[in-house]
Amino acid sequence: MGQENLIEAIRAKLGDAVEGVSDSFGDAVLTLRSAAVRAVMAALREAPFEYAVLLDLTCVDFAAAEGRFELVYHLYSLTRNVRLRLKASLPAADPSVETLVGLWKNAEWLEREVFDMFGVRFEGHPYLKRILTYEGFEGHALRKSYPWRLEQPRIPLKGDV
Amino acid sequence: MSGLDFLTTRLETAIGWGRKFSLFHYPFITACCGMEYMSAACAHFDIDRFGAGLTRFSPRQADLLLVVGTISHKLAPVLKTVYDQMLEPKWVIAFGACTVSGGIYQNYAVVQGIDRIIPVDIYIPGCPPRPEMVLDGLLKLQDKIQHQKQDWRWARKT
Repeated sequence: MGQENLIEAIRAKLGDAVEGVSDSFGDAVLTLRSAAVRAVMAALREAPFEYAVLLDLTCVDFAAAEGRFELVYHLYSLTRNVRLRLKASLPAADPSVETLVGLWKNAEWLEREVFDMFGVRFEGHPYLKRILTYEGFEGHALRKSYPWRLEQPRIPLKGDV
Repeated sequence: MSGLDFLTTRLETAIGWGRKFSLFHYPFITACCGMEYMSAACAHFDIDRFGAGLTRFSPRQADLLLVVGTISHKLAPVLKTVYDQMLEPKWVIAFGACTVSGGIYQNYAVVQGIDRIIPVDIYIPGCPPRPEMVLDGLLKLQDKIQHQKQDWRWARKT
């Protein structure tokens, strides 16, 4: 299945879930409606697309933009040796999206990281707790609104920077 | 000068000499500086030439805490506990830019110098420091140990 055919097939199957298609160094990039993320992923995981691997799941904070957070998913098909990038914008206030746990096991920790760093809620996640920072850490460190030098020590520190 | 004064000074020198050449170190290694530590510790640069070759992997058996690599706020209580577990007399070397000052990192995660958590005797800057610098730092620590007051009943360090 070539690149053109693939996008045609995805469009035909998923229709209005896909808002835009572009190309990045030969790999397809799809922009999704955030409400359709889970359904699209479930479809892409099955034949004929067979994107069996969730390579990465991360987030970008575009502070000034309308939809402020952008989730980025990277999928990989072992059978066809192709990659696919999917993006979905989330609003600044209460960003949330459906979880991918249940489709890919590694989504659990990846989503916890995005939750920890950006405060994106993943609906249906079985254990949505901080994974990199610690209990009692306030705010989300990779948000643009997080003060860039703010430290939250767990024990009293001598002196100040 | 009475005989007793003379004896005390000589004893201090002897204890200092003994202590500086029998440093058991505990490597607290968290990051890439560990490669440089390995280089310094192994045959090529051979830290054992200076009597610091015996690595202990329990802080209770160590005199010298080598803090090697970035210390994050999440890890800070662990480092403090390890330091507290060491028996007196004890010394600390901050190995590399991250432990000295936070290095290239100034953000939510990284402690800006381990001297905010525990007392530090010798700072070895560099990212990472050359093994020669590590050996130089060790020699400076030995010099410090030789010339510091050798307490029998250790005063609490502040």
